[in-house]
Amino acid sequence: MLYFVARRMVSALSVVLVTLIATFALFFVAPTDPAGAICGERNCTQQRYNEIKANLHLDRPKVQQFAEYTAGIFTGRDFTTSGVTQHCAAPCLGFSFKNDRPVTEMLKSRLPVTVSLVAGYAVLVLTIGVFVGSMAAKRRGTLGDRGLMTSTLVVSSVPYYIVALMVALYLTILYPILPRGEWHPPSENIGKWFAGLLTPWLVLGIYSCTSYARYSRGSMVETLSEDYIRTARAKGLSDRVVTYKHALRSGLIPVITIFGLDVATSLGGAIFTEKIFGLPGLGVLVLDSLNSYDLPVIMGTVLVASVILVAMNFLVDISYSLIDPRVRLT
Amino acid sequence: MSTPAPEDRKDSMVESAAGESEATAAAKRGPSVATRERRQGSINPSGETPYLVVEDLAVQFPTADGLVSAVNGLSYSVPLGRTLAIVGESGSGKSVSSMAVMGLHDRKRTRITGSIRLGGDEIVGLPENELMKIRGDAVAMVFQDPQSSLHPLYTVGNQITEAYRVHHKVSKDVAKKRALEMLDLVGIPNPQRRFSQYPHEFSGGMRQRAMIAMGLVNDPKLVIADEPTTALDVTVQAQILDLLNNLQKEFGSAIVLITHDLGVVAEMADDVLVMYAGRCVEYGTAEDVLANPRMPYTWGLLESIPTVSAANERLRPIKGLPPSLLNLPDGCSFNPRCPYKDRVKGERCTTELPELLPVDGAGAHTARCHLHDKATIYAAEVAPRLS
Repeated sequence: MLYFVARRMVSALSVVLVTLIATFALFFVAPTDPAGAICGERNCTQQRYNEIKANLHLDRPKVQQFAEYTAGIFTGRDFTTSGVTQHCAAPCLGFSFKNDRPVTEMLKSRLPVTVSLVAGYAVLVLTIGVFVGSMAAKRRGTLGDRGLMTSTLVVSSVPYYIVALMVALYLTILYPILPRGEWHPPSENIGKWFAGLLTPWLVLGIYSCTSYARYSRGSMVETLSEDYIRTARAKGLSDRVVTYKHALRSGLIPVITIFGLDVATSLGGAIFTEKIFGLPGLGVLVLDSLNSYDLPVIMGTVLVASVILVAMNFLVDISYSLIDPRVRLT
Repeated sequence: MSTPAPEDRKDSMVESAAGESEATAAAKRGPSVATRERRQGSINPSGETPYLVVEDLAVQFPTADGLVSAVNGLSYSVPLGRTLAIVGESGSGKSVSSMAVMGLHDRKRTRITGSIRLGGDEIVGLPENELMKIRGDAVAMVFQDPQSSLHPLYTVGNQITEAYRVHHKVSKDVAKKRALEMLDLVGIPNPQRRFSQYPHEFSGGMRQRAMIAMGLVNDPKLVIADEPTTALDVTVQAQILDLLNNLQKEFGSAIVLITHDLGVVAEMADDVLVMYAGRCVEYGTAEDVLANPRMPYTWGLLESIPTVSAANERLRPIKGLPPSLLNLPDGCSFNPRCPYKDRVKGERCTTELPELLPVDGAGAHTARCHLHDKATIYAAEVAPRLS
């Protein structure tokens, strides 16, 4: 187990390093012009442009820039612009001159929003999605099964942003049945936090439940035809125990794989949900940064998202070994 | 569900007497097949009162291509303490018929008619929640492949205690004690340690022992063993068969052994029922069926056993393939593969389904064949090839 963790750490770090190099190359080596972006279009004199370039060390060799950037992640660094020195504490992912704040700080303020959103989403897909799928699998071929599967197909063939927009428009604004999406930190008022996230959770969760219902139905149909399920029935166990204890445990394994990747992707920013429901999460941050050409923020978000992805994969592997004793973590 | 009442015994005697007297009449033109077989069912070749009685059982699956008759007019009976071997090729209906006894078929896709009685109680048509109480308690099943039949994600101990606690309201500790006792009984060394291991940590033979421990944990009156040794090494097979034999002596349960291995039959069975294309084609005590078989299909099965003395000869398989259950041949189902059908006068083999009749005019050994001189043909042509 310890060896497994160590080995995975090494491979995880190398993945992150590759991402780091790739994003750095994308934003700083490719023919982009960070100094020009900071300088702006209107009042940008050649002198100011050169000054920015020098202050940001953009005139130095790329390798050195990369080393400075990487070192900043561990030790923090100082940025000086127009004679003012800004300290960017470790882990420093760069400094956003557009917002006049360190990137890390911006991410830190946005991350709780996205994490809250994804947590509720995870709970919904793992309960309702998997439950609906298992029920359909148990009743495979019946009218109920076909009804469930057809309705999931119908729901998931409407683009998500349309569903979310319609719900936001009709159910929270025109007919305010559901509370409007808002962000309140849970530390301030847990009730407001919950109410503000309820609608986004329901929309994102129920929409994604449709695909989870399909995954788990497929996986459960397969598991339910296993010999050991017949054995369980031969013992005299009830249908409920056979389905939700014996079959579900095996049936969950493939669902968890998809779930892990899914959660990791959403943590990198559930752009539509955040934008439509006015939640200031990572997705909106990326979107805004793209609009304003705020390269350090985009780069920082990509880096964080890649770390989250690697971490989720690691967690998925651990949960495999918890579900299936045959999986040896080596 | 306890021991059958004495009346049952009397009934079966009366019926057997009736069966005998009718047997002669049947030689000309007997009663309908169904009636005959219903009578046969309650007679056990041993004459003992049976615990399991199957009468005129039919199992059908409606499919898109038509109705598949997997089992047709099957009747047999097994008394406590006796072993019936059901022999046949894949698709002959031997597993399907025992699944029906367990009530394990898919209710929506299976049509079952006839009668299955356990200790006198009818189980065909029982609702699922009643069947659940019987399954694993009065009737237990030992499956073919212990590798796939044990849940890979639960410990062996967990699976055995679960089987016990379904039918006994006891604490986990009591159930664990019982499970350890069973593991010990089936010859698994170091039960305490094995209890908390997973199936993949067991060898094939040990896994099948664990499976048997799980099956017998509730002291069932009837054990259905569906090819219990097929997935095992030859050396381990003998051990498992011995174990089943010994446990039967200890528990006194009835065993239905489903197999295609006539070696296993010879070692285990008291009675033998040979199935072909969903029908019983020969039924009698093991001695009768193995030593004096009276049906060309049984001959074919016996001839296809490889022997060491005939190691240089080619195997003698039964030519052809079993018929499709969607579309059985007219007459005797075995006729397209039967090498002896020319010896029957006229077209009887291809037009008329032979009835299951006593081979010597009376008695419990029955076969389904139009041949008149079965005994002579066997003695003159088949027996020499078998030695």
